[in-house]
Amino acid sequence: MAGPIDLDHVTSLEREARSRYSHRALVCSSTACLSAGASGVRATLESDLEASDRSGDVQVVASGCPGLCSRGPLVRVESRGREPTLYEHVDETAASTIAQQHLIEDQDRAEVSVIEPSLPFYAKQVKVVLRNAGLIDPDRLEDYVAAGGYRALSTALRTMTPAQVIDEVDASGLRGRGGAGYPTARKWRLLHDAVADPGQPKYVIANGDEGDPGAYMDRTIMDSDPHRVLEGLSLAAYATGASKGYLYVRAEYPLAIERLERAIRSAKRAKLLGRNVLGSDFALDVEIRVGAGAFVCGEETALMASIEGRRGLPELRPPYPTERGLWQQPTMINNVETLANIPAIIGDGAAAFAAIGTPESRGTKVFALAGSLENTGLIEVPMGISLREIVFDMGGGIPDGRTFKAAQTGGPSGGCIPERFLDSPVDYEHLQELGSMMGSGGLVVMDDSVSMPEVARFYMEFCRDESCGKCAPCRVGTVKMFDFLDRICRGDGRPRDLWHLESLCKTVRATSLCGLGQSAPNPVFSTLDHFREEYVELLREESLAAPAPDGVVDRGSLPTWGDDA
Amino acid sequence: MNLTPPRPSGPRPNVPVILDGEEVMAFDGESILDLARRLGTPIPTLCYLDGLSVHGGCRLCVVEVNGDSRLPLACATPVTSEMEIRTDTSSLRDHRRRVVELLFAEGNHVCASCVSSGACELQDLAADSNVDHIHYALEFPRIDVDASHPKYVLDRERCVLCTRCVRVCDEVEGAHVWDIAQRGNRSTLVAELGKPWGEASSCTWCGKCVLVCPTGALSFKGRSTGEMRHDPDIVAFLASARDEGEWIDREEPSP
Amino acid sequence: MTDTTDAGRSTGASPVPDRPRLRMATAWLGGCSGCHMSFLDLDEWLFDLADRADIVFGPLADIKEFPADVDLTLVEGAVTNTDNLELAQAIRANTRVVVSFGDCAVTGNITALRNGMGAPDAMLQRVYVEHPDLAGVLPTEVVPELLPTAQPLHELITVDVYLPGCPPSAQRIRTALIALLDAMAAGEPLPRQWRAPEDLTFGN
Repeated sequence: MAGPIDLDHVTSLEREARSRYSHRALVCSSTACLSAGASGVRATLESDLEASDRSGDVQVVASGCPGLCSRGPLVRVESRGREPTLYEHVDETAASTIAQQHLIEDQDRAEVSVIEPSLPFYAKQVKVVLRNAGLIDPDRLEDYVAAGGYRALSTALRTMTPAQVIDEVDASGLRGRGGAGYPTARKWRLLHDAVADPGQPKYVIANGDEGDPGAYMDRTIMDSDPHRVLEGLSLAAYATGASKGYLYVRAEYPLAIERLERAIRSAKRAKLLGRNVLGSDFALDVEIRVGAGAFVCGEETALMASIEGRRGLPELRPPYPTERGLWQQPTMINNVETLANIPAIIGDGAAAFAAIGTPESRGTKVFALAGSLENTGLIEVPMGISLREIVFDMGGGIPDGRTFKAAQTGGPSGGCIPERFLDSPVDYEHLQELGSMMGSGGLVVMDDSVSMPEVARFYMEFCRDESCGKCAPCRVGTVKMFDFLDRICRGDGRPRDLWHLESLCKTVRATSLCGLGQSAPNPVFSTLDHFREEYVELLREESLAAPAPDGVVDRGSLPTWGDDA
Repeated sequence: MNLTPPRPSGPRPNVPVILDGEEVMAFDGESILDLARRLGTPIPTLCYLDGLSVHGGCRLCVVEVNGDSRLPLACATPVTSEMEIRTDTSSLRDHRRRVVELLFAEGNHVCASCVSSGACELQDLAADSNVDHIHYALEFPRIDVDASHPKYVLDRERCVLCTRCVRVCDEVEGAHVWDIAQRGNRSTLVAELGKPWGEASSCTWCGKCVLVCPTGALSFKGRSTGEMRHDPDIVAFLASARDEGEWIDREEPSP
Repeated sequence: MTDTTDAGRSTGASPVPDRPRLRMATAWLGGCSGCHMSFLDLDEWLFDLADRADIVFGPLADIKEFPADVDLTLVEGAVTNTDNLELAQAIRANTRVVVSFGDCAVTGNITALRNGMGAPDAMLQRVYVEHPDLAGVLPTEVVPELLPTAQPLHELITVDVYLPGCPPSAQRIRTALIALLDAMAAGEPLPRQWRAPEDLTFGN
């Protein structure tokens, strides 16, 4: 085995190799574009070039995701001495045109529809986590290194103590991107200070069990820039004294798993993982664990149970994972996006990171834009940007002459934000104030044709199907909340059903064991807060009640046992 | 796995706590539930059982603690000094009542045809939490009874998924016959990964699961007419009472 | 029952002025009539009841149509067929205080055991066709059509008071009736959470 990788040497070799090409064509090979036919596009480019005499002059790369998924397949062409061009809706015919006109005949642009860099979808983005996405081949360690990869790890190992790394993360103000926004450095410090049993490791886990409907931020990070996640995990392990890492990825992300596996293999070969990382004393062994399709396994204790091979059920906290986690040893779980921020924080310095965003919510957030928008796809925006900018500038507004009704963030744990709050800044605090939450980054825009009780029913059905069944309020409560919502949506709801729905929501929120149950009522609460009239319109007369004749029985007021819960 | 909070240590309670407005002394490390029970303060429980690990699934023992926005579980939360605990507020009563109603709605809890009626913790919980009807539509599940075991019967329609049987079999008997399969409202108690109970070779016939079941889900075979009592001596008593004109109170045989 | 009441009247016993006579009914939906049996177990207290209320409808009074302007109705049984449903709706439309009387009315209980079996056809088949002593045909006349499921009373009409038990004991019925009759006679609103002083328990 050779010694550790020489990052600078690899970088210069890579630059030299690239300089031999006059064009570099990056075909998005992330999940969305692949399903839109990107493989065929790449094959066409390659075969057309093969047939010409220019194939040695053009590098065709299967890249990660440049973001504007609704216009895929996307092909980015970087030509020597020119601004890069991003072609949209590239089918195989368009690919031939690009190959012929741009790559072979060396015209400025092929006659294929192009996304201008000035498009607000791109112009308003600030890329930290996604800075390599769409620009490198995720399957090549050299691409990541040439883009500055593993410099942060190298710097940390050579020049920083673990405590200094944590201080730097602290100074950056980074908060957990999984949804709750817990300060990352605080978690790290807890693990740093925790002591494992003799002979046992401490653990760090990257949580890639992204399960919110419509959310694919973590998937894209993993399949477009897997080494960034590994570097972030390594830095976390170094800072906290952990020597074993897990990547917990849901089975529904085969591409991400495949690319992470390849990344781990190449990182091990390059001595970026394993014993004596980059020649230092730091050691980290990393394994992938594939989830079996349970949403609740995104919850920390359930996730650990799943890694241990047990049923993915949440457990009571305390003890918190940093006290007793995986196999009873101190363990820290960070979301994939959180970890993907770390190389930038250590590499560029905390100050550069903290300059982005708002005082309470620093940095950027990746959102998966979906729903009734002209442009849907993945965006990375500075914290504090307004919802209006996201929806109307970046998303291009609502298509088909419809109007904006609500934006849903936070998935089944989040809520719907109505039109009047469009100018609210998007950060942890403001979203929470509006009865929603940052969540992991799903952002679904709904137009005026959407019924909000039906939205609530959709998310409740999701929670009902994903409840693990351990605790009674969530196991049965989600079923009953769904029943009430379903009855109301079908037009069979009575005023008492709405009352029972709300009181049950309160109980499920207050008494459920884990976050899944506690937050399951959130979509109901937020749609009731902002769109109560839609529920009321659907209710039918209280036909069960004969009109209360003389006030002997107060039938107008709904059942008993207190309204204060 | 969460083990039962450590047993009280030290000779006398020395941790000051306010329980429902009263200053009381708790043992160091004592759970809120242990403290309350020691002092005779009722807190409803269902999945909790002395001697087993804490499950925390029924959520009925939730209490309010000052400074905690969530509702901690009395069974799983050790007291701390100066802790201010409320066990019986109207909102706690509401929550508990709703959870009990949910449990009723989930299964077929037909007391009139249940072996455990009158000796059922769910029935008691309903009475204690003022459940006089179920506000939620009843599910009326149909799950076949597993009567394959020679001594015991499992009626899953009466199961509240408290996992007492799972835990007692694993932690006390050491056999680990039981587990919960599936998830959410499809969760179901299974013997040996889904075998009929009678074919589960790991079952030692110890009956602990039946003894700890809070409802009629697990029962002894042949006891569904538990109230049935033969009393052949009654004839002799009647004969002598009639002859001698003495109708003294007579002790009936115990069941 | 009504005879007793009339007899009471004819002997000149007039209602106490501040305790007007109330119009009371009982009804028997899908149940075994055990709750009514328990009601009859009130024995001599029935005379006290007759002093305060007329029984204007029910299995104990041979009256075909549910009358108007009833103060209090005890409804036994689950709603399991079309007749039950019609009667329940008539009761609700004409009664001030509807009491869900016994476990079948409160939870469905034994009557609702059929619900898990799926469509009522399965049960009808089992009872009428497969039964060795019957003619092996489904009845087509007189018998009302079964609803898809047997339901607790409150799922189909608004219920004011719940009196669980299988059956509720005579003692429990008496306690409840005294509290209700007192409150109604005095024109007081019923407590929103009405409870008999003793524990209300399903089953027994």
